[in-house]
Amino acid sequence: MSLLDKDRIFTNLYGFQPWNLKSAQMRGDWDNTRDLMKRGQDAIIEEIKASGLRGRGGAGFPTGLKWSFMPKEPREDRPSFLVINADESEPGSCKDREIIRHDPHKLIEGALIAGFAMRARAAYIYIRGEFIREAETLFAAVQEAYDAGLLGKNAAKSGYDFDVFVHRGAGAYICGEETAMIESLEGKKGQPRLKPPFPAGAGLYGCPTTVNNVESIAVVPTILRRGAAWFSSFGRENNKGTKLFQISGHVNKPCVVEEAMSIPFRELIDRHCGGIRGGWDNLLAVIPGGSSVPLVPAAEIMDAPMDFDGLKALGSGLGTAAAIVMDKSTDIVQAISRISYFYKHESCGQCTPCREGTGWMWRVMERLRTGDADIGEIDTLFDVTKQVEGHTICALGDAAAWPIQGLIRHFRPELERRIRENGGALEAAE
Amino acid sequence: MADAPQIPDEAEVRARWGAFAWTAENAEKAKAVIARYPAGRQRSAVMPLLDLAQRQVGAETNTQGWLPVPVIEYVAAQLDMPFIRAYEVATFYTMYNLVPVGRYHVQVCGTTPCLLRGSDDVMAACKNRGMVKGKTTPDGLFTLTEVECMGTCANAPMVQINDDNYEDLDYDSMTRILDELAAGKQPKTGTQNPQRHTSEPEGGPTTLKEMVKANHDYRKEW
Repeated sequence: MSLLDKDRIFTNLYGFQPWNLKSAQMRGDWDNTRDLMKRGQDAIIEEIKASGLRGRGGAGFPTGLKWSFMPKEPREDRPSFLVINADESEPGSCKDREIIRHDPHKLIEGALIAGFAMRARAAYIYIRGEFIREAETLFAAVQEAYDAGLLGKNAAKSGYDFDVFVHRGAGAYICGEETAMIESLEGKKGQPRLKPPFPAGAGLYGCPTTVNNVESIAVVPTILRRGAAWFSSFGRENNKGTKLFQISGHVNKPCVVEEAMSIPFRELIDRHCGGIRGGWDNLLAVIPGGSSVPLVPAAEIMDAPMDFDGLKALGSGLGTAAAIVMDKSTDIVQAISRISYFYKHESCGQCTPCREGTGWMWRVMERLRTGDADIGEIDTLFDVTKQVEGHTICALGDAAAWPIQGLIRHFRPELERRIRENGGALEAAE
Repeated sequence: MADAPQIPDEAEVRARWGAFAWTAENAEKAKAVIARYPAGRQRSAVMPLLDLAQRQVGAETNTQGWLPVPVIEYVAAQLDMPFIRAYEVATFYTMYNLVPVGRYHVQVCGTTPCLLRGSDDVMAACKNRGMVKGKTTPDGLFTLTEVECMGTCANAPMVQINDDNYEDLDYDSMTRILDELAAGKQPKTGTQNPQRHTSEPEGGPTTLKEMVKANHDYRKEW
């Protein structure tokens, strides 16, 4: 059974109605926030833990557990911070943008409640620089909340002082990595830090910090209002809740839609996207979680549940639930090569395997695209992806390696065909 | 690095921008920006201030704006940080223009989701108007850049021109947008598909249909 509209959290997802405070309150935002906060910090964290909410930014770490790492009694000279990751730059992902421009008050209310629960002094919302109009909306929405007494001193009359600041990025994918985001907030180049120390110990300005995705924070008020049991009634065990899915590529009607976790891929596409372009027989492959995860061939994805564990079982991942659909007209090697170019462009240059490896992998991918290569180079490329993976400070190296590994794993015959047609196989035979 | 911009720092640039200072309005904005960060952490404001400076340069030159070296020096001095630290930031992030750009900075997304939906056609429409990737047209109107994913994938292909997005494009709609901009008109922003409002499926949403007409409160059905 499909998710009912009454169980959807982001009711103004498509922006048919205004985003402003008055309209948001009519939809149920900021409704007695004080009472939610009165439950107490530990009770809120327990409720979020019980709801089974896992981080919506890609890694899927349990949100409540993450909050519980923050110090229970922050020192006066070392306040805690909440940083909200709105640096949505993963190719395929376009959900945080919809939340920010159409339902910003869900995020701001969530920031207050989450910040209160982890005993933070303030929240910084780091929004990607290219979201210019979206940032304007967010600045205005935060100002509305201040003017209405919902933020600042005695926020929402709860007796708790809390500030929310918006910080605009300037076009760097890597700032979506939590420690790079903290560096960037401090006014530096966005280069990830070595961990440990983890941000919960020493993050922004050396103070305890938690970094959460926009969606993870924006669903919190609704979970508290409706209860952990409601949220965990959707999805399979360990993959609870509702989720914003973003479908792009070769479907008849690409869209962003909120659905229950674990919805089968076929149902998701047929119900909301008008099916695959040219019918299901025309499906070639799907990148189910944004560009960083390996692709899954048509036969395996069709009836797979769209959740963390279901896609992990297919050797891929849910990531941000951004499905990039490719039909049989796709030049699959070009599609993956373009992703390799993306990672080459976005590597921050700090670790050698990634800085050099991403460029190297892209150049070999471009030659494989035209077949101007040797059969043996496929294995060399696979070997290099293994050398990059896991040998860098952050996960960008892994993210650059996985799509190529997925391509070689599932489409090796296609790579070999191109090389043979280009005459490369003869050289290999000699 | 062959295609990296040659950053101008010549006598002419210094002569033109050496006396850069905030306008009264931007001086106020800069103060408000710095106030967002804890005392002693004013360095955090370097990104917003560089953006503000780029916009001021843009307003003075009637372009999207760029960051001449003396302007970066000015921002660094205000935040009491070494010039090289501000320069480092300006070169690291792609949204700071280190060389002058045209009136309209046409940023075509070419990453895979847009590629699959026809970003090549959008690029072709730009090239057909005489634009060259990484260059400004001789009339100073358009600068063309291919950018990486802009986070609008359900409305691909898309282009960002200065502060606005144009989504669900094809060759014809892109040509029309460029024509209108060249004629001094403001094209409709957002999706160019008449069957769409924002990111819902074409032809109307499959969910939350009550929201189309009225600000529906679903709490009564909980």
